Amino acid sequence: MPTSNDLAKLKQLPDASGHFGPYGGRFVSETLIAALQDLERTYEKLWRDPDFQAEFDRDLAHYVGRPSPLYFAERLTSHVGGARIFLKREDLNHTGAHKVNNTIGQALLAKHTGKPRIIAETGAGQHGVASATVAARLGLECQVYMGVDDVERQKLNVYRMKLLGATVIPVESGTRTLKDAMNEAMRDWVTNVDNTFYIIGTAAGPHPYPKLVRDFQSIIGREARSQCLEQTGRLPDALVACVGGGSNAIGLFHPFIEDESVRMIGVEAGGDGVETGRHAAPLTVGRPGVLHGNRTYLMADEGGQIQGTHSISAGLDYPGVGPEHSWLKDCGRAEYTAATDDEAMDAFRLLTRIEGIMPALESSHAVAHAMKLAKEMDKDQIIVVNLSGRGDKDIHTVAEIDGIKV
Amino acid sequence: MSRIKICFDRLEAQGRKALIPYVTAGDPAPQVTVPLLHAMVEAGADILELGIPFSDPMADGPTIQLACERALLHNTSIIDVLAMVKSFREQDQDTPVVLMGYLNPIEMTGYERFIDLAADAGVDGVLTVDLPPEESVNFVSQLNAKNMDAIYLLAPTTEESRVSEVCRQGSGYVYYVSVKGVTGSAELDVDEVAAKVAMIRKHTDLRIGVGFGIRDAASAKAISAVSDGAIVGSVLVNQIAALANTPDQIPAAVAAIVKDMRTAMDA
Repeated sequence: MPTSNDLAKLKQLPDASGHFGPYGGRFVSETLIAALQDLERTYEKLWRDPDFQAEFDRDLAHYVGRPSPLYFAERLTSHVGGARIFLKREDLNHTGAHKVNNTIGQALLAKHTGKPRIIAETGAGQHGVASATVAARLGLECQVYMGVDDVERQKLNVYRMKLLGATVIPVESGTRTLKDAMNEAMRDWVTNVDNTFYIIGTAAGPHPYPKLVRDFQSIIGREARSQCLEQTGRLPDALVACVGGGSNAIGLFHPFIEDESVRMIGVEAGGDGVETGRHAAPLTVGRPGVLHGNRTYLMADEGGQIQGTHSISAGLDYPGVGPEHSWLKDCGRAEYTAATDDEAMDAFRLLTRIEGIMPALESSHAVAHAMKLAKEMDKDQIIVVNLSGRGDKDIHTVAEIDGIKV
Repeated sequence: MSRIKICFDRLEAQGRKALIPYVTAGDPAPQVTVPLLHAMVEAGADILELGIPFSDPMADGPTIQLACERALLHNTSIIDVLAMVKSFREQDQDTPVVLMGYLNPIEMTGYERFIDLAADAGVDGVLTVDLPPEESVNFVSQLNAKNMDAIYLLAPTTEESRVSEVCRQGSGYVYYVSVKGVTGSAELDVDEVAAKVAMIRKHTDLRIGVGFGIRDAASAKAISAVSDGAIVGSVLVNQIAALANTPDQIPAAVAAIVKDMRTAMDA
């Protein structure tokens, strides 16, 4: 475990060139370099600007509905029998997930740069909906790239985006999921870089995206920290969050980095089980490489080709992960594990039935692991789970498993 | 002295410009590539750009994405690509070969191992699309130590203040991307390219090749007239795609396009 001095330094990352240790960086073709440098300058200036901060806070309070509650899941806790489980209710945000914290922030950046068009990639559609929402509010043109497999399994969100006035572009190439949507969004950006702002949905991609997405999402951890102190008089013992690209997890974790006593646990998509190869768990079983503009843990074969992934949840179905998670893993400050499709489904059903909260299938992975962990902990200990999104979007997937046509 | 520099010096002495075709290694099948390289040299290619297939070619349009997919159907790996170069070198010791691709296959092979194998195979330069100068100091010094050139891209969006910095780290030639977009996309504007090339020349002595958007003999001639060489990819790869089911016809058909361009450029 790093010393407190190390932890203070860890929290200050990335360095000036966008690196978290060996991870992160800016691995893009030359055409995008100027746009990324420009974004970095704009962001660094505005993030320190009290007027920008006030505007961001105002939107989070009155448009998103923050702060989101920290809810003690009493029946879940007694059902599991162990540590007390609290849920950070990001599912109650406007548009139904944590994604909107980031799109509000990036849309404000877009507004300040004066670019009339935004693009986004999406997996589960939550980031797409959150992008389409802020575009509608600001009167910006919006195009969302989405793999055709995800278009199929997230029909509800596709229709929501259309109602919001966005154009959803189904991506046929590659594995037809989130990574391919990101490739296509990058191709669009390289072509239309003069008039287009690319709202990346997770804490990955070329510098400065991992940093700015984390900063926008850190409201989750700042609130959770003070809410936990207020409600229980102490810090939690463990934080649990699902990790696809890792934006909800880094948003929860980052404000706690210097709180040495707080364990931070990211839960990846175990799919059919990490031993089967059909999963999306690069931190659990992958290795470092370069994709989508950053160096990070990836699922790739020996020759460096990116491997297909599998998860029941479209939002976790991604072969990479945000670079800060890679470094937190190597430093030993955060731990990463995986939950399978079946475990996530069980958690989905249980939380729905005994708490009346229907979690997104992504967030269900975090709930599944928190239940395992709680059993191993004392009754006076505290786990905070990031309930990053609501499950309405997943009812088709669940119904299909149940053999029911909705 | 690198083969690339020798090649440009010779062309300059002859008052000619470089014709630089690109094909993806292993497209549509591994056994096609080496005969195709020889055929293109025969037809008048000066430098060969050989693409390393990658599953996620983010800077490429549909034409080269599909080429990568065809090559990867046969699991054409970076090691296979190096073996192709080695095989090509058995009959051709003069034509420079530049590998073009994305970082991850190189990263996973390991810089040192890749550079050793590339030097041994007879590679002359490496262009890694997603490895800008800021991230590649280490890689470049290892490449240069083995007498290979690091080829960098410059783009319409590259700020003038950055050009000399990019060129200082590069050698062989610098690749000017003539349009904002992916490979094979937009129409190019020769006057705009000419202005940009003139600006780049103020900052470097490196030769300047221009690519993206060259579709035919006329555009190859026009672009090479305002630069040191024309880089041609998608139009050749489209021909390969059209003949993917009759691979024996590919070398001659692609060579015919190269020859047309050569003739126009030398006229």
